[in-house]
Amino acid sequence: MTESTHSNCKSLLGSLSDYVDGDLGAELCREIEKHIAECEDCRIVVDTTRKTVDLVHASNLPQTGLPDEVRDRLFKRLNLADYLKPVSQ
Amino acid sequence: MIETISKPDISLEALRAGDRAEFARLVDSYSAPIYRLGLRMLGNEQDAEDVLQNTFLSAFTHLSNFEGRSSVLTWLYRIAVNESLMVMRRGKPEVNIDDTDSSDEAEDFSPTQFVDWGALPEDMLLSVEGKQALDRAIQNLPENLRMVFLLRDIQELSIKDTAETLGLTESNVKVRLLRARLSLREQLSVYYGERINQEKIND
Repeated sequence: MTESTHSNCKSLLGSLSDYVDGDLGAELCREIEKHIAECEDCRIVVDTTRKTVDLVHASNLPQTGLPDEVRDRLFKRLNLADYLKPVSQ
Repeated sequence: MIETISKPDISLEALRAGDRAEFARLVDSYSAPIYRLGLRMLGNEQDAEDVLQNTFLSAFTHLSNFEGRSSVLTWLYRIAVNESLMVMRRGKPEVNIDDTDSSDEAEDFSPTQFVDWGALPEDMLLSVEGKQALDRAIQNLPENLRMVFLLRDIQELSIKDTAETLGLTESNVKVRLLRARLSLREQLSVYYGERINQEKIND
Protein backbone atom coordinates (compact mmCIF):
# COMPACT_ATOMS: atom_id res chain seq x y z
CA MET A 1 0.00 0.00 0.00
CA THR A 2 2.15 2.89 -1.16
CA GLU A 3 1.04 6.29 0.01
CA SER A 4 0.82 8.06 -3.32
CA THR A 5 -1.77 5.89 -5.05
CA HIS A 6 -3.59 4.36 -2.11
CA SER A 7 -5.17 7.08 -0.04
CA ASN A 8 -8.34 4.96 0.30
CA CYS A 9 -6.59 1.98 1.84
CA LYS A 10 -6.73 3.20 5.42
CA SER A 11 -10.39 4.12 5.28
CA LEU A 12 -11.11 0.68 3.87
CA LEU A 13 -9.37 -0.88 6.86
CA GLY A 14 -11.84 0.72 9.28
CA SER A 15 -14.80 -0.86 7.48
CA LEU A 16 -13.17 -4.24 6.95
CA SER A 17 -14.81 -6.15 9.82
CA ASP A 18 -18.28 -4.89 8.97
CA TYR A 19 -17.65 -5.70 5.31
CA VAL A 20 -16.62 -9.32 5.85
CA ASP A 21 -19.49 -9.76 8.35
CA GLY A 22 -21.95 -8.45 5.74
CA ASP A 23 -22.91 -5.57 8.05
CA LEU A 24 -21.89 -2.72 5.77
CA GLY A 25 -24.35 -0.58 3.84
CA ALA A 26 -24.67 -1.11 0.09
CA GLU A 27 -23.01 2.16 -0.85
CA LEU A 28 -19.90 1.53 1.25
CA CYS A 29 -19.75 -2.02 -0.10
CA ARG A 30 -19.71 -0.64 -3.64
CA GLU A 31 -16.91 1.75 -2.69
CA ILE A 32 -14.84 -1.09 -1.29
CA GLU A 33 -15.48 -3.29 -4.29
CA LYS A 34 -14.52 -0.48 -6.63
CA HIS A 35 -11.32 0.13 -4.65
CA ILE A 36 -10.24 -3.49 -4.46
CA ALA A 37 -10.83 -3.92 -8.17
CA GLU A 38 -8.00 -1.42 -8.63
CA CYS A 39 -5.83 -2.10 -5.58
CA GLU A 40 -4.32 -5.57 -5.50
CA ASP A 41 -2.90 -5.26 -1.97
CA CYS A 42 -6.29 -4.32 -0.53
CA ARG A 43 -7.96 -7.07 -2.56
CA ILE A 44 -5.58 -9.54 -0.89
CA VAL A 45 -6.18 -8.05 2.57
CA VAL A 46 -9.96 -8.29 2.12
CA ASP A 47 -9.82 -11.84 0.72
CA THR A 48 -7.44 -13.17 3.38
CA THR A 49 -9.28 -11.43 6.22
CA ARG A 50 -12.53 -13.01 5.05
CA LYS A 51 -10.74 -16.35 4.77
CA THR A 52 -9.29 -15.96 8.28
CA VAL A 53 -12.76 -15.41 9.73
CA ASP A 54 -14.14 -18.33 7.68
CA LEU A 55 -11.37 -20.60 8.98
CA VAL A 56 -12.07 -19.59 12.56
CA HIS A 57 -15.74 -20.45 12.12
CA ALA A 58 -14.95 -23.69 10.28
CA SER A 59 -12.53 -24.78 12.99
CA ASN A 60 -15.27 -24.21 15.60
CA LEU A 61 -17.12 -27.22 14.26
CA PRO A 62 -18.19 -29.55 15.61
CA GLN A 63 -19.35 -28.04 18.87
CA THR A 64 -18.24 -30.76 21.19
CA GLY A 65 -20.01 -31.36 24.46
CA LEU A 66 -18.36 -31.61 27.82
CA PRO A 67 -16.18 -34.72 28.26
CA ASP A 68 -17.92 -37.15 30.64
CA GLU A 69 -15.13 -37.18 33.20
CA VAL A 70 -15.02 -33.37 33.28
CA ARG A 71 -18.78 -33.32 33.86
CA ASP A 72 -18.45 -35.92 36.64
CA ARG A 73 -15.81 -33.91 38.47
CA LEU A 74 -17.78 -30.68 38.00
CA PHE A 75 -20.94 -32.15 39.52
CA LYS A 76 -18.97 -33.58 42.44
CA ARG A 77 -17.22 -30.27 43.07
CA LEU A 78 -20.59 -28.52 43.12
CA ASN A 79 -22.08 -31.11 45.48
CA LEU A 80 -24.50 -32.12 42.74
CA ALA A 81 -23.39 -35.75 42.43
CA ASP A 82 -26.99 -36.85 43.14
CA TYR A 83 -27.97 -35.30 39.83
CA LEU A 84 -25.32 -37.07 37.76
CA LYS A 85 -27.75 -38.71 35.43
CA PRO A 86 -26.61 -39.26 31.88
CA VAL A 87 -27.07 -36.17 29.72
CA SER A 88 -30.21 -36.55 27.68
CA GLN A 89 -29.08 -35.52 24.22
CA MET B 1 -22.32 -22.87 14.53
CA ILE B 2 -24.18 -20.43 16.67
CA GLU B 3 -23.97 -20.97 20.39
CA THR B 4 -27.70 -20.96 20.84
CA ILE B 5 -28.18 -23.47 23.58
CA SER B 6 -31.89 -23.24 22.76
CA LYS B 7 -32.69 -21.10 25.79
CA PRO B 8 -33.47 -23.73 28.37
CA ASP B 9 -36.22 -22.68 30.74
CA ILE B 10 -34.17 -22.14 33.84
CA SER B 11 -36.20 -20.74 36.70
CA LEU B 12 -34.37 -17.98 38.53
CA GLU B 13 -36.82 -18.24 41.39
CA ALA B 14 -36.06 -21.92 41.81
CA LEU B 15 -32.31 -21.25 41.68
CA ARG B 16 -32.53 -18.53 44.29
CA ALA B 17 -34.67 -20.76 46.48
CA GLY B 18 -31.76 -23.22 46.49
CA ASP B 19 -33.34 -25.79 44.18
CA ARG B 20 -30.35 -28.06 43.47
CA ALA B 21 -32.05 -29.95 40.66
CA GLU B 22 -32.57 -26.63 38.88
CA PHE B 23 -28.93 -25.71 39.46
CA ALA B 24 -27.91 -29.07 37.96
CA ARG B 25 -30.01 -28.20 34.90
CA LEU B 26 -28.29 -24.83 34.67
CA VAL B 27 -24.89 -26.53 34.82
CA ASP B 28 -25.81 -29.04 32.12
CA SER B 29 -27.23 -26.31 29.91
CA TYR B 30 -24.20 -24.04 29.98
CA SER B 31 -21.13 -26.01 31.00
CA ALA B 32 -20.02 -26.96 27.48
CA PRO B 33 -19.69 -23.39 26.12
CA ILE B 34 -18.03 -22.23 29.34
CA TYR B 35 -15.51 -25.09 29.11
CA ARG B 36 -14.77 -24.33 25.46
CA LEU B 37 -14.24 -20.66 26.29
CA GLY B 38 -11.73 -21.66 28.97
CA LEU B 39 -9.96 -24.02 26.59
CA ARG B 40 -9.63 -21.30 23.98
CA MET B 41 -8.55 -18.66 26.46
CA LEU B 42 -6.03 -20.72 28.36
CA GLY B 43 -5.01 -23.37 25.87
CA ASN B 44 -5.02 -26.35 28.22
CA GLU B 45 -7.61 -28.70 29.67
CA GLN B 46 -6.60 -28.46 33.31
CA ASP B 47 -6.91 -24.68 33.46
CA ALA B 48 -10.15 -24.83 31.47
CA GLU B 49 -11.57 -27.28 33.99
CA ASP B 50 -10.53 -25.03 36.90
CA VAL B 51 -12.27 -22.11 35.22
CA LEU B 52 -15.36 -24.22 34.59
CA GLN B 53 -15.63 -25.33 38.21
CA ASN B 54 -14.86 -21.90 39.65
CA THR B 55 -17.37 -20.25 37.33
CA PHE B 56 -20.26 -22.37 38.58
CA LEU B 57 -19.10 -22.18 42.20
CA SER B 58 -19.04 -18.41 41.88
CA ALA B 59 -22.38 -18.36 40.07
CA PHE B 60 -23.92 -20.44 42.85
CA THR B 61 -22.52 -18.11 45.52
CA HIS B 62 -23.62 -14.95 43.74
CA LEU B 63 -27.02 -15.99 42.44
CA SER B 64 -28.63 -13.24 44.46
CA ASN B 65 -26.59 -10.64 42.51
CA PHE B 66 -27.94 -11.80 39.17
CA GLU B 67 -30.83 -9.53 38.35
CA GLY B 68 -31.83 -11.16 35.10
CA ARG B 69 -31.14 -8.06 33.04
CA SER B 70 -28.64 -9.90 30.86
CA SER B 71 -29.05 -13.46 29.68
CA VAL B 72 -27.88 -16.23 31.97
CA LEU B 73 -25.21 -17.15 29.43
CA THR B 74 -23.83 -13.60 29.28
CA TRP B 75 -23.72 -13.52 33.06
CA LEU B 76 -21.87 -16.85 33.20
CA TYR B 77 -19.47 -15.75 30.47
CA ARG B 78 -18.66 -12.65 32.47
CA ILE B 79 -17.77 -14.77 35.48
CA ALA B 80 -15.78 -17.19 33.30
CA VAL B 81 -13.83 -14.34 31.68
CA ASN B 82 -12.87 -13.03 35.11
CA GLU B 83 -11.91 -16.49 36.30
CA SER B 84 -9.80 -16.98 33.15
CA LEU B 85 -8.09 -13.64 33.66
CA MET B 86 -7.15 -14.70 37.16
CA VAL B 87 -5.56 -17.88 35.81
CA MET B 88 -3.78 -15.99 33.03
CA ARG B 89 -2.40 -13.45 35.47
CA ARG B 90 -0.96 -15.88 37.95
CA GLY B 91 2.40 -14.35 38.65
CA LYS B 92 1.93 -11.64 36.05
CA PRO B 93 1.41 -7.91 36.52
CA GLU B 94 -2.21 -6.89 36.31
CA VAL B 95 -3.64 -5.71 33.02
CA ASN B 96 -7.13 -4.31 32.95
CA ILE B 97 -9.43 -5.60 30.26
CA ASP B 98 -11.07 -2.19 30.04
CA ASP B 99 -7.77 -0.40 29.49
CA THR B 100 -8.40 2.08 26.77
CA ASP B 101 -5.19 3.44 25.45
CA SER B 102 -4.20 5.47 22.47
CA SER B 103 -3.26 2.28 20.63
CA ASP B 104 -6.95 1.37 20.33
CA GLU B 105 -6.76 2.54 16.75
CA ALA B 106 -6.94 0.14 13.85
CA GLU B 107 -4.30 2.14 12.01
CA ASP B 108 -1.64 0.71 14.28
CA PHE B 109 -2.45 -2.60 12.71
CA SER B 110 -1.93 -1.68 9.10
CA PRO B 111 -1.29 -4.81 7.06
CA THR B 112 2.31 -5.58 6.18
CA GLN B 113 1.80 -9.03 4.62
CA PHE B 114 0.32 -9.33 1.14
CA VAL B 115 0.56 -13.03 0.44
CA ASP B 116 -2.48 -14.14 -1.55
CA TRP B 117 -3.18 -17.34 0.36
CA GLY B 118 -6.96 -17.04 0.40
CA ALA B 119 -7.33 -19.29 -2.64
CA LEU B 120 -5.23 -22.17 -1.27
CA PRO B 121 -7.12 -25.48 -1.24
CA GLU B 122 -9.45 -26.06 1.71
CA ASP B 123 -7.78 -29.36 2.59
CA MET B 124 -4.56 -27.47 3.24
CA LEU B 125 -6.23 -24.64 5.17
CA LEU B 126 -8.27 -27.03 7.29
CA SER B 127 -5.50 -29.62 7.76
CA VAL B 128 -4.22 -30.46 11.22
CA GLU B 129 -1.19 -28.23 10.60
CA GLY B 130 -3.40 -25.41 9.34
CA LYS B 131 -5.57 -25.57 12.45
CA GLN B 132 -2.51 -25.63 14.67
CA ALA B 133 -1.22 -22.51 12.93
CA LEU B 134 -4.55 -20.82 13.60
CA ASP B 135 -4.54 -21.92 17.27
CA ARG B 136 -1.01 -20.59 17.73
CA ALA B 137 -2.02 -17.29 16.16
CA ILE B 138 -5.00 -17.02 18.53
CA GLN B 139 -2.80 -17.77 21.54
CA ASN B 140 -0.40 -15.04 20.36
CA LEU B 141 -3.10 -12.37 20.46
CA PRO B 142 -2.68 -9.88 23.29
CA GLU B 143 -5.07 -10.61 26.14
CA ASN B 144 -7.43 -7.68 25.57
CA LEU B 145 -7.87 -8.56 21.89
CA ARG B 146 -8.14 -12.29 22.51
CA MET B 147 -11.05 -11.86 24.94
CA VAL B 148 -13.06 -9.88 22.41
CA PHE B 149 -12.17 -12.20 19.56
CA LEU B 150 -13.05 -15.36 21.49
CA LEU B 151 -16.43 -14.10 22.63
CA ARG B 152 -17.38 -12.68 19.24
CA ASP B 153 -15.80 -15.02 16.67
CA ILE B 154 -15.49 -18.27 18.62
CA GLN B 155 -18.44 -18.17 21.01
CA GLU B 156 -20.36 -16.12 18.45
CA LEU B 157 -21.84 -13.62 20.85
CA SER B 158 -23.29 -10.46 19.30
CA ILE B 159 -21.25 -7.25 19.48
CA LYS B 160 -23.71 -6.04 22.11
CA ASP B 161 -23.38 -9.14 24.29
CA THR B 162 -19.60 -9.14 23.91
CA ALA B 163 -19.52 -5.52 25.06
CA GLU B 164 -21.80 -6.29 27.99
CA THR B 165 -19.77 -9.33 29.04
CA LEU B 166 -16.48 -7.44 29.06
CA GLY B 167 -17.80 -4.09 30.27
CA LEU B 168 -16.66 -2.36 27.09
CA THR B 169 -18.46 -0.07 24.69
CA GLU B 170 -19.68 -1.56 21.43
CA SER B 171 -17.35 0.65 19.42
CA ASN B 172 -14.43 -0.51 21.53
CA VAL B 173 -15.42 -4.11 20.87
CA LYS B 174 -15.51 -3.42 17.13
CA VAL B 175 -12.06 -1.82 17.12
CA ARG B 176 -10.55 -4.67 19.12
CA LEU B 177 -12.25 -7.28 16.96
CA LEU B 178 -10.79 -5.67 13.85
CA ARG B 179 -7.33 -5.55 15.40
CA ALA B 180 -7.59 -9.19 16.44
CA ARG B 181 -8.68 -10.29 12.98
CA LEU B 182 -5.94 -8.26 11.31
CA SER B 183 -3.36 -9.73 13.65
CA LEU B 184 -4.52 -13.26 12.88
CA ARG B 185 -4.48 -12.47 9.18
CA GLU B 186 -0.89 -11.21 9.40
CA GLN B 187 0.24 -14.29 11.28
CA LEU B 188 -1.49 -16.68 8.89
CA SER B 189 -0.07 -14.75 5.95
CA VAL B 190 3.45 -15.33 7.27
CA TYR B 191 2.68 -19.01 7.85
CA TYR B 192 1.11 -19.66 4.45
CA GLY B 193 3.69 -17.46 2.73
CA GLU B 194 6.35 -19.84 4.01
CA ARG B 195 4.32 -22.84 2.90
CA ILE B 196 3.86 -21.41 -0.58
CA ASN B 197 7.59 -20.67 -0.87
CA GLN B 198 8.42 -24.16 0.35
CA GLU B 199 6.22 -25.69 -2.33
CA LYS B 200 7.89 -23.58 -5.00
CA ILE B 201 11.29 -24.83 -3.83
CA ASN B 202 10.08 -28.43 -3.85
CA ASP B 203 8.58 -28.20 -7.32
